Amino acid sequence: MTGEPLLSLATAAAVGFGAGYVGSLMVVRRMALVGDALSHVALPGLALGILFGFDPFLGAFVFVLGAAFLTWFIERSTHLAVDAVVGVLFVLALAVGVLLTPNPDLLEALFGDVRGVGLLATLASIALAAGVVAVTRLIYRSMVLSVISEDLAASAGVRVELVSLVYLVLVSVVVAVGVQVVGTLLVGALVIVPAAAAKTLGTNLTRYAVLSAVFGVVSSLGGTALSFAWGITAGPLVVVLGVTVFLVSWGFAAVRRRRAGDAEGARPV
Amino acid sequence: MDNAFLPGPQYPRGVVRGRTEREMDSRPTPGGPFALLSVSALTVRVGRSTVLDRVSFSAARGVTLAIVGPNGAGKTTLLRALLGRVPYTGRIAWNGSVRIGYVPQKLVDTDIPLSVEELLSLKCPGDYGACLAMVGLGPGTLDRQIGTLSGGEVQRVLIAWATVDRPDVLLFDEPTANVDVGSEDTIFSAVRRVQTETGTTVFLVTHDLHEIHHYADRVLVLDHHVVFEGAVAELFRDPRLVAETFGLRAGEELPFEVGAHR
Repeated sequence: MTGEPLLSLATAAAVGFGAGYVGSLMVVRRMALVGDALSHVALPGLALGILFGFDPFLGAFVFVLGAAFLTWFIERSTHLAVDAVVGVLFVLALAVGVLLTPNPDLLEALFGDVRGVGLLATLASIALAAGVVAVTRLIYRSMVLSVISEDLAASAGVRVELVSLVYLVLVSVVVAVGVQVVGTLLVGALVIVPAAAAKTLGTNLTRYAVLSAVFGVVSSLGGTALSFAWGITAGPLVVVLGVTVFLVSWGFAAVRRRRAGDAEGARPV
Repeated sequence: MDNAFLPGPQYPRGVVRGRTEREMDSRPTPGGPFALLSVSALTVRVGRSTVLDRVSFSAARGVTLAIVGPNGAGKTTLLRALLGRVPYTGRIAWNGSVRIGYVPQKLVDTDIPLSVEELLSLKCPGDYGACLAMVGLGPGTLDRQIGTLSGGEVQRVLIAWATVDRPDVLLFDEPTANVDVGSEDTIFSAVRRVQTETGTTVFLVTHDLHEIHHYADRVLVLDHHVVFEGAVAELFRDPRLVAETFGLRAGEELPFEVGAHR
């Protein structure tokens, strides 16, 4: 299905920016794998939307939000290892989703198809991405403090539990919106890969967060543009481009470290 | 912050509302007009075990109170209760509006692209260079990433963080547990300087006899309940209590002369 390329590119750019920015917190929280698994939960929601005729992305959002609440609850209220529980439950969700999704729609649900978005979906994506970025900006300080020490954050007046819950809601929105671009299997990559790339280059928080959002736009927008040019699904291209950005950043950081090391060695003692 | 008449565990209101300014307690604080903090029958349960059992003590303004006791005695839990991070029963009453600065034992995660200047700016606007100078760190430290600092430097940055908004109370959780030998004096002289300049009250959780002897005015010995509360000199006059508290063997002498530095 091919619609208006401009709409697709605008959607991809907005989603890439939101996912990159929100993802920068996910990587410092060491929740990269949880984020990836969380995204798979979108599939049963999408399937129910397709089966019962309501907006599939609403279904995806409700399911991811439910999974996010469950993660938050397990993290806060039990002694269970979150990663193990998340690994088991969320893979089950993926399996159930695949069984429920009608066959003709399965490929699109798994890998997305941003080339088919309409005006309404584009406007909704831009509005949601803008909202997510605005709220993330508001809680960025509190989240970073909570990562380095929850007690330290609390001593500075941060409501640690509340902020963590708000963040999971933001991740759910980004995942639900991102599913259009890269599908449920790969949306985790849209959130994590740009931040991982930015972290290799970031020397301070501002630079890191901005780079993460920019890398999100580059991979999402670039992958979608290539998908129009080559006539293939955007999702995998977005991810391959994102990983390429990561590898280039990593190489660049390694060269920079080596140069810094040489300069240090050359300094008179 | 009065929990005495409420059923079940309660969080102190100041923190739950996301503020470090503590609410004014309408009743007079026991322990005299100069008492900053009065804690009575503070009890914290985690699951079935009672971590703090009817702990009562008070602290005057400007003093350094050392909180000592064996591992698992509830020292850190006491600090966390004062911060409002654990549910408790009993009463924690601050005399007036109190701003608390907290210095944790260590940071949970430092693998973050976060500079020292950014860390300080996450607390409040201020003169960060002067703040670092007070803890003996140069202005060059502002641009460094927190992950590249040594244990001693992290502690000093944390003290700067805790003192940047001139708090009334500083809570220290074993500030020298993760630093190199020799950094302790630098850290404590920084604390002293802050205390002299701002009249801050310091609560210091520690295992170190030296630290108590050199830096504390009063001691609270904790083993789930209060074993001893009094002046440092008073504690050192009781060799049996000192031996029990610090695990000294029979006949083992203190590694310094009592009273020499005070």
